[in-house]
Amino acid sequence: MYSVWSCPLPDGGVGEEMVLGFDEAREKRILIIPPLFEEANRLRHQIVETMRKLHSRGVDCFLPDLPGWNESLADFDNQSLAHWRVGIAAAVETFSTTAILAVRSGCWLVPEDSRGWLYAPPKPQQILRNMLRARILSAREAGREEITEELRKTGRERGITLAGWPLGPELFAELETEDSAAPPGYSVVDQTDVGGTPLWLRAENDFDLAQATALASIVATSGPGA
Amino acid sequence: MIAETAQAEPTGPSRSDIDQTLRAILRDVLGLDQDQVDSFTGDTGLFGHLPELDSMAVAGLLTEMEDRLDIVIEDDDVDGEMLENFGGLLAFAEAKVIEG
Repeated sequence: MYSVWSCPLPDGGVGEEMVLGFDEAREKRILIIPPLFEEANRLRHQIVETMRKLHSRGVDCFLPDLPGWNESLADFDNQSLAHWRVGIAAAVETFSTTAILAVRSGCWLVPEDSRGWLYAPPKPQQILRNMLRARILSAREAGREEITEELRKTGRERGITLAGWPLGPELFAELETEDSAAPPGYSVVDQTDVGGTPLWLRAENDFDLAQATALASIVATSGPGA
Repeated sequence: MIAETAQAEPTGPSRSDIDQTLRAILRDVLGLDQDQVDSFTGDTGLFGHLPELDSMAVAGLLTEMEDRLDIVIEDDDVDGEMLENFGGLLAFAEAKVIEG
């Protein structure tokens, strides 16, 4: 279940991070990449339920923390998509995974030389816009007026905390400029394939066993990138 | 000639489409059943009436409206009135769709 793995750090060192895994040395081994930021919390329960379903269908699966994620002690504001991609590539090696299931913004981190499924990938700009908007709304509630363009300028120059997440300037720039094109070898799984309503939109965290079963079934029964 | 009234623009969603889309977004954000959102009236209170509708949830609601209604919502557009109740949000969305 829970163990520790060695993850490469941005400074060239190696950090100890937690990993949740169902490992019985089975043929199919899936690396799960969870969403970033707020959606990481909103979908954690659902992802773990999906892993339980995969496990019961004879599929090994691994949900590693990367620096700044979940239980990690690493500073979030030192992280970037580029560093996390290095971490994901290391996780593929460490756990000898045969395919990847990336969820929402986790889809931005998939290695091009691997295969798998991208569940409801958003655009980086859309997620950033949402976080900027949340900050502006909460400032307004507190009686302060903030302007998107000024927040963006601050983010680019020295980083900015949005919706509780301290984004460094490198990560901020990546969110502003990167596209989210699916690499070859990956199939996109839409919400309509999974059924139900999108859990990442819920104001209160929730989970849905029918959706977990449907997503696990897609991964367990189809070939990645098919 | 008098039959030619209340037609939506052929390129944009009709009023009832906007209404249904908004109810679907609120259903998804608030985790309600379809029956519950179908019973919303113009006076059904939103921001300030529903504790779970905090600033992060409102941000998600607005971003989802942009996505599903193909509109752009500026910072200046967002005020207490449009978020006060379902009728206010619907009027805002209809105006934005026409503007777009």
